[in-house]
Amino acid sequence: MRLNVNGTEREVDAPEEMPLLWVLRDVLALTGTKFGCGMAQCGACTVHLDGEAVRSCSLPLSAVAGRKVTTIEGLSADGSHPVQKAWLEQDVVQCGYCQPGQIMSAAALLAHTPNPSDEEIDVAMAGNICRCGTYQRIREAVRSAAANARRRAER
Amino acid sequence: MTALSRRALLQQSLLSGAGLFVAFHVPRKARAAQQPQPKHLPPANAFVRVAPDESVTVLLAHSEMGQGIWTGLAMMIAEELECDWSKVRVEHAPAAPVYAHPAFGMQMTGGSSSTWSELERYRTAGAMARAMLVEAAALRWKTDPKKLRTENGFVVHGKDRLSYGQLAVAAQALPAPKSVRLKDRKDWKLLGKPTRRLDSPEKITGKAQFGIDVHFPGLRTALVARSPVFGGKVKSFDAAKALAVKGVEKVVEVPSGVAVIADGFWSAKTGRDALEVDWDPGPGATLDTAELLESYRAQARTKGPVAAEKGDTDAALSKAAKKLVAEYDVPYLAHATMEPMNCAVKLGGGACEIWTGTQFQTMDQMSAAKIAGVPVEKVSIHTQFLGGGFGRRATPSSDFVSEAVHVAKAAGVPVKTVWTREDDMRGGYYRPLFLHRIEVGLDEKSRPVAWKHGIVGQSILAGTPFEQFMVKNGIDATSIEGVVGSPYLEAVPDRRVTLHSPRLPVPVLWWRSVGNTHTAFAMESMIDELAWAAGRDPLEFRLALLAGKPRHQRALKTAAEKAGWGRPLPAGRARGMAVHESFGSIVAQVAEVSVDETKEIHVHKVSCAVDCGTAINPLGIEAQVQGAMAYGLSAVLRSEITIKQGRVEQGNFHEYEVLRLPDMPEVSVTILESAGKMGGIGEPAAAPIAAAVANAVYALTKQRLRSLPLRLA
Repeated sequence: MRLNVNGTEREVDAPEEMPLLWVLRDVLALTGTKFGCGMAQCGACTVHLDGEAVRSCSLPLSAVAGRKVTTIEGLSADGSHPVQKAWLEQDVVQCGYCQPGQIMSAAALLAHTPNPSDEEIDVAMAGNICRCGTYQRIREAVRSAAANARRRAER
Repeated sequence: MTALSRRALLQQSLLSGAGLFVAFHVPRKARAAQQPQPKHLPPANAFVRVAPDESVTVLLAHSEMGQGIWTGLAMMIAEELECDWSKVRVEHAPAAPVYAHPAFGMQMTGGSSSTWSELERYRTAGAMARAMLVEAAALRWKTDPKKLRTENGFVVHGKDRLSYGQLAVAAQALPAPKSVRLKDRKDWKLLGKPTRRLDSPEKITGKAQFGIDVHFPGLRTALVARSPVFGGKVKSFDAAKALAVKGVEKVVEVPSGVAVIADGFWSAKTGRDALEVDWDPGPGATLDTAELLESYRAQARTKGPVAAEKGDTDAALSKAAKKLVAEYDVPYLAHATMEPMNCAVKLGGGACEIWTGTQFQTMDQMSAAKIAGVPVEKVSIHTQFLGGGFGRRATPSSDFVSEAVHVAKAAGVPVKTVWTREDDMRGGYYRPLFLHRIEVGLDEKSRPVAWKHGIVGQSILAGTPFEQFMVKNGIDATSIEGVVGSPYLEAVPDRRVTLHSPRLPVPVLWWRSVGNTHTAFAMESMIDELAWAAGRDPLEFRLALLAGKPRHQRALKTAAEKAGWGRPLPAGRARGMAVHESFGSIVAQVAEVSVDETKEIHVHKVSCAVDCGTAINPLGIEAQVQGAMAYGLSAVLRSEITIKQGRVEQGNFHEYEVLRLPDMPEVSVTILESAGKMGGIGEPAAAPIAAAVANAVYALTKQRLRSLPLRLA
């Protein structure tokens, strides 16, 4: 089966019911996308499918054939995506396990909604669990990524 | 304990490249004094490495699981070494005796102890490396080392400068200094300053490697089918259907169940789903948590082993002007780390190699050595980042490591076990279900004069190697911490605390803040009940009882002031407070809550004041206080493990609910430094939140909720 991962066409030999998460992790060795629950409850496996945030643990390979997948490894080459920069600035991470999923959810939110309200942030990020409790700094980082983008636009 | 020789470690260090190595043994000792000067400088070997490329590599004796020691311990070395902070990198140290916890004598991470226990050792390592670099420069310049100074990775002599990288090889050849002097606190440049984490760049790009990410050629993935009932055993199994799944290579029986070994997670899981196992559930099949709680209620009324006693409590209670009785209970809780348990093992050549995120390297080495049939020093552990620990990755039985070694041994190939969320949630090692029954006698002025306190709950330490040190006369110290030693209790003239520790097949374990998860809830709720019964303001009432405890008073007053205690709130809001000491630190919290039309409780704000003695990295402390509070709040509002007919009823996050971003209150953290003993910071803020919220709910609704999670009638 063919799919586009982080801008590269990949031919994947895997059963079509295999969730995208395991194709990424076990077949393509892209381990930045994490396994947390296996049933779209925690958001650790969040990737972008044609620009939308999706839970890759519950998405069979057959559903993504021929589509564009972006993982944390493809969000930026060097951690320079505005959301990643905001995450550094706000010192968000703790154990770090959920953070690729958090960042992918936040990046998708800001791509569609450059100036999200607090309610919009709550809704977009509610599907991503963090057991370390970094939520307050996640909120601040999403707000600051949005504010930084506004500032750049005004210049 | 382990016996990896220093020689072997030295060889290992020499193999890893040119440069200066400093490490040493500090004798086991209790908590470091405020500004200790190191007395014994042990032989040099391995805590910091200065390399010719100017890099400074810190070897972390403990595990990074989110708590920030990757940064905090590196700051200690950098402070004394006076190196360039941008050149500092960190690695997990191998498992070896030299990395044993300075206070606890084994290599481990827990008890909120890494920072206070390493303040002397890591600073000394930095100071020794600095002294050797200065000595190397003095030899080069043929001058007295006393005439030299260091700054930001250079040794400076007038206008001459030599970088640490230029001196690294020469310094390594020098003998270690016989003594070093650590800086006075007033001269600290880095310690005490808010400092961003060193592990962020790899964690925001997906490059950070956790145990579950480990891969190397030949490594197989295994999922284990475990008994649906604690203590159950495999009667028989039929592997045919599992083996028919593409990618499944082997099915083997291990002590904990039946393992399906495959070329990846998905085939292993598909194979395990197809596997047919007939279980002998054993006596655990009748277990029911609702019945258990009722039996605990009955036990709490009977006298158990005495944990603490003063005066004649029964007589004082019968003479009291007024009596209050309350029972508080808390359920089993899973840690639910975001990264489910996993462990990779490779056996062969008389050695056992392990890749995992663990808090308990020394115990894991010992367990693995026994199973693999190799000497302890032949067990190497490559500690990976932990996708959360909270105590779950510190099992005295090394459960997930032991199992993986069994699987690798039975399968005859290198194997990585991966637990699904359901495996992880139903796999036990829970915070035990506990019940507290408290009877308090009050005098005419509503002051507590008699306190009878019965606690019922499983012992975490019974049956573990720690039992001999931490269970005395039937009293597990972790079951009573926070009640025994409570400043409120100590102020009561007649008091008795008793403990029943029923033995059950449910595996139990420390869960962020351990006994304080339930003792703080019981104590701080009861105190609040007493305040209301006396018609006193909960803050004033507490301050009066805490007369001899200035640190508690200051924390409480600060949290109250920041929360606007006593100032009016909009309709439908109320505040509640709690203060609790644990792991040597004092945390006061004031929660502001509301209740919606569906009777759901919302926590809007939490004001925290924390006194942990010396603050090493305020930015990290703030994160730990927010995070521990949030971890505790999950258990206040949502989480609960229940068991029916021996089966755990929750399997995933839709059933075992945890705090999510919209539930996160606005948290303010005030750090109160004090000259007192330095305390821990990873756990203490998890303890008081349950009572702070329950007390606020009472203030709002006049319903006293005494069970967690809190549910309004």
